[in-house]
Amino acid sequence: MPKLIVIGRSGAEKEVEASSGLSVMENLRNAGFDEVLALCGGCCSCATCHVYVEHGPTEARVPGSDDENSLLDSSDHRRADSRLSCQLILTDALGELIVRIAPGD
Amino acid sequence: MDKRDVVIVGAGHGGAQAAIALRQLGFVGSIAVIGNEPELPYERPPLSKEYFAGDKTFERILIRPAAFWAERHVDMLLSTEVTAVDAKAKRLSFANGGRLDYGALIWATGGTPRKLTCSGHDLKGVHAVRTRADVLKMMDELPAVTQVVIIGGGYIGLEAAAVLRKFGKRVVLLEALDRVLARVAGPELSRFYEAEHRAHGVDLRTSVRVECIEEKDGRVTGVRLAGGEIVTADMVIVGIGIIPAVEPLIAAGAQGSNGVTVDEFCRTSLPDVYAIGDCAAHANGFADGATIRLESVQNANDQATTAAKAITGNLEPYTAAPWFWSNQYALKLQTVGLSIGFDRTVLRGDSATRSFSVVYLKNGHVIALDCVNAVKDYVQGKKLVETRAEIDLKLLADAAKPLKELTLPAS
Repeated sequence: MPKLIVIGRSGAEKEVEASSGLSVMENLRNAGFDEVLALCGGCCSCATCHVYVEHGPTEARVPGSDDENSLLDSSDHRRADSRLSCQLILTDALGELIVRIAPGD
Repeated sequence: MDKRDVVIVGAGHGGAQAAIALRQLGFVGSIAVIGNEPELPYERPPLSKEYFAGDKTFERILIRPAAFWAERHVDMLLSTEVTAVDAKAKRLSFANGGRLDYGALIWATGGTPRKLTCSGHDLKGVHAVRTRADVLKMMDELPAVTQVVIIGGGYIGLEAAAVLRKFGKRVVLLEALDRVLARVAGPELSRFYEAEHRAHGVDLRTSVRVECIEEKDGRVTGVRLAGGEIVTADMVIVGIGIIPAVEPLIAAGAQGSNGVTVDEFCRTSLPDVYAIGDCAAHANGFADGATIRLESVQNANDQATTAAKAITGNLEPYTAAPWFWSNQYALKLQTVGLSIGFDRTVLRGDSATRSFSVVYLKNGHVIALDCVNAVKDYVQGKKLVETRAEIDLKLLADAAKPLKELTLPAS
């Protein structure tokens, strides 16, 4: 089972019961992090599920597509480890992820 | 009498976000959300896309899991229809005979699908796409369906057509006006989507008038057009817009005709009554201050936050830039701004490549962009819309030039 540790906007850290095969966005939503809006429902059409992947393998820390990269550019809080959490699918292979919810735009 | 400090009528995107925002803002009073469907708040856009296509389960389109609402002490009163509002007593009456008093009321009911008025409009096999129940009924009938007639060439109709083609169904799409998406986009985009749907095998017809729905034994068999032609149909999907669900509020004395009128803080003319989302008619700066209703997730969500802030004593006007999206086949359409009233368009890129944008201008100012598989333009164009930028049209048309590099001419 993948391990997902989440740092909310308040700074509080929480390990959540993560489900493989679902996106990090869906895992955050299921775990009750209400600051993740994910308005487009996870179809990579907005940038309201922005997170920083502070720990994890490289493939989890870089955008998965040009579209995702472009949407991340719309945030004033873009960092090198920025991801749209709807585009990062949790798998066992990813091991442990530490994800910080980015400030809202 | 039972009472909640805030009662939210409507359990869609707006209603859900209003409750979430109130708790985020530290509101500790009691909250109830009243929904007329049996389901907890769920995302509606997938109803004509991923959910209809069977790509996502219902659980995955819930806005929040059930436990979330309990943890936040948000009471969900589902399968409950509000029939009357007493603005003086601050009391709601329900179809089931129940009543509930409110301290503040947020009206977030959205709308009901507009129905055809011709004979046969309520036959078995005639569907709208607004609720989970609507889609379940369609999914249930689909295995026995060969040909579907879709009435209405808006987003709902076009998205449904794309899914049905994926299922291998024969699809005839009928639009009354001379182009699809006429209410929301310019002719370039309409022509592009018409061509795409035809290339995917949709029999798409514009300037068509529906006379009535034909039946046999109470079930739809076809659609009769003005002129007499009958188009065979085992299923009819009607996507011709919504009627805002505001009757009880208007009956209670709230101002409004097409929807209920709200100010920049989402306040209606009734004391402590707010309205948000599809049903809220508001003066929108992106429409030159015209009073409009916006039917979108963005609008529902941002107005919900505006109302929650007002209720918690933080009056912040609603000024968010409108944005929309629509996924059909492999086409990702993203729109920012409102193109209503445009007097000029500029095409960026070549629509033959299926990656291009249409920029809408009014009096020389950028007011909106429709971006097809052009996420960069969508992201960078937002600023142009927000600032109503004036840009040299030749520069604007040069797709090789990123929009963020286009500077304003010296004025």
